[in-house]
Amino acid sequence: MKIAYYPGCTLKTTAKEFDISTKASTKALGIDLVELPRWNCCGTVHALAKDDVMHHLAPLRNLLRVEEMKQEGLVDEKRVVALCAMCYNTLKRSNQAFNADPDKAGKVRESMDNEANVYSGQVEVEHLLETLRTQGWDKVQARVTKPLKGLKVAPYYGCLLLRPRGIGIDNADNPTIMEDLLHALGADVIDFSYKQKCCGSYHTVYMKEVVADLSNRILTQAQAAGADIVATACPLCEYNLGNRQTEVVKKYPHFNSIPIVYFTQLMALAFGLSEDETALGMNKPDPRPILKEKGPI
Amino acid sequence: MSSEIQGLVLHPSPGNKVFRDRVKELSGEKVELCFQCGACSSGCPMTQEMDYLPSKVIRMVQLGLEEALESKTIWVCTSCFNCEVRCPRGIDIANVMEALRQLVLRKKYDRVVLNELTDEQIKELPQVAIISSLRKLTA
Repeated sequence: MKIAYYPGCTLKTTAKEFDISTKASTKALGIDLVELPRWNCCGTVHALAKDDVMHHLAPLRNLLRVEEMKQEGLVDEKRVVALCAMCYNTLKRSNQAFNADPDKAGKVRESMDNEANVYSGQVEVEHLLETLRTQGWDKVQARVTKPLKGLKVAPYYGCLLLRPRGIGIDNADNPTIMEDLLHALGADVIDFSYKQKCCGSYHTVYMKEVVADLSNRILTQAQAAGADIVATACPLCEYNLGNRQTEVVKKYPHFNSIPIVYFTQLMALAFGLSEDETALGMNKPDPRPILKEKGPI
Repeated sequence: MSSEIQGLVLHPSPGNKVFRDRVKELSGEKVELCFQCGACSSGCPMTQEMDYLPSKVIRMVQLGLEEALESKTIWVCTSCFNCEVRCPRGIDIANVMEALRQLVLRKKYDRVVLNELTDEQIKELPQVAIISSLRKLTA
C-alpha cells in the first residue's frame, strides 16, 4: 500500500528520530510511505480568524501535491499521512474549512492560480495512528518480535491530536488509540490524568518557565502513576516534556528525570529493528538506560 | 418589573455593540450563549499566568468592553482547545481569543521580537515552536 507522507519541517530537523523510526517501523508493517516530492511548511497553526484566507494556502498547497501524486501514480489513494500533531491538525482543519465554505474555497483557488492544477478538496488527511488503527492492531501485534514486556509506558496526547471536536483522532475525553498501540506492542500501559493537558506549546520560545511548570505537573503525574517512560506523537510535546526538563530541574530541584520517546520509536524497538532505526540516541533525556534496565534493549 | 430590578439592566453603548459584533464576526462564535458556568476556566491549563479567567474575557466581550484587548489572558492562551471540548454552550473560546489577538495584531503590534532569540536558541528550538509563536504573537 503506497500512501503519501507529509513529514513537516520539524521531523527533518529537531525531531529526526520521529521521521527515521516512522519510516523504519511502517516499512516493517508493509506500509509504503511516499514522501511528498515538493512539500512546504503547513503554517503550524490553523487560521482561526474567520476572515483569514491567506493562511490556508500553505496547507492546501500540500494537499494539491498529494492529488498530483495520485495522478502521477506515485500513490494509490488521495490520502496523506502526517506524524506531527500540529501538521496533522493544520492540514486537516484547512481541508475541512475549504470543503465547508465555497466562498473561502473560491478565494483560495484564485490565490493559487500559479499552480498547474486546481485542488478538488478530496484528499483525506490522517494521522499514522489512525492508519494503524484502520489496518488493525492485530497486524501490529503480529509483527512484534521483542514485546515491551515490563516497560511501563504512559501515553501523552497533548492538545492537537485530540482537539477540537471533529478533528481529533479519538475521543477527546477518553482517548485510547495510543494505549491500544502500546498494548499491541506488549508494553504495560500507564493511565494518568494529565495525558490530555497542554504542555504549553509554543510558549516554550518566549515563556520557557511556564512550560517548565506545566511539564513538571504532567511528568510528576505520570511518574506518580508508575511510568518509566512517556510516549508522544508531537515534536513540540517531545521537546517541552524532554529537553525542557533542564528548566524543570532548575525550578523544581526534587524533580526526577523521565525519558520521552515517540510512539514510532517504541514500534521500531518492539519490531526488533536496528539501533539506527529506533534512533533512541537522539532523545533528550537519553531513554536507553531505562530501556536497558527494563529489558527491551 | 419593579423599578429596583429595572435598575440592574445593562444598557450597552453603541460603541460596546460595535466591538462585540466585530469579535463575533472575526471569531464566528455566538458569545451571547455563554451563561458563565466557568467550565472553560476550570479546565484551562494556563490560568495561573492569566489576569482574567477565560470565562471573564467572554463576559467582557458580551458586554462589549474593549478592555478585553488589554488583557494578558489573550496572549497566554495557547489554543489547546480544552475549553472548546468542555463548553456546554458550544462556544469555541479559543476562536474568541484569536479574534481578540488579531484585533490588536492588525494594528502592527508585535508581542514578541524574533531578533531577541539567539542563534543557539533558533538552532535548538523546534521549527513548529518558532513558527507558531510568530504566527500567534506578531503582526
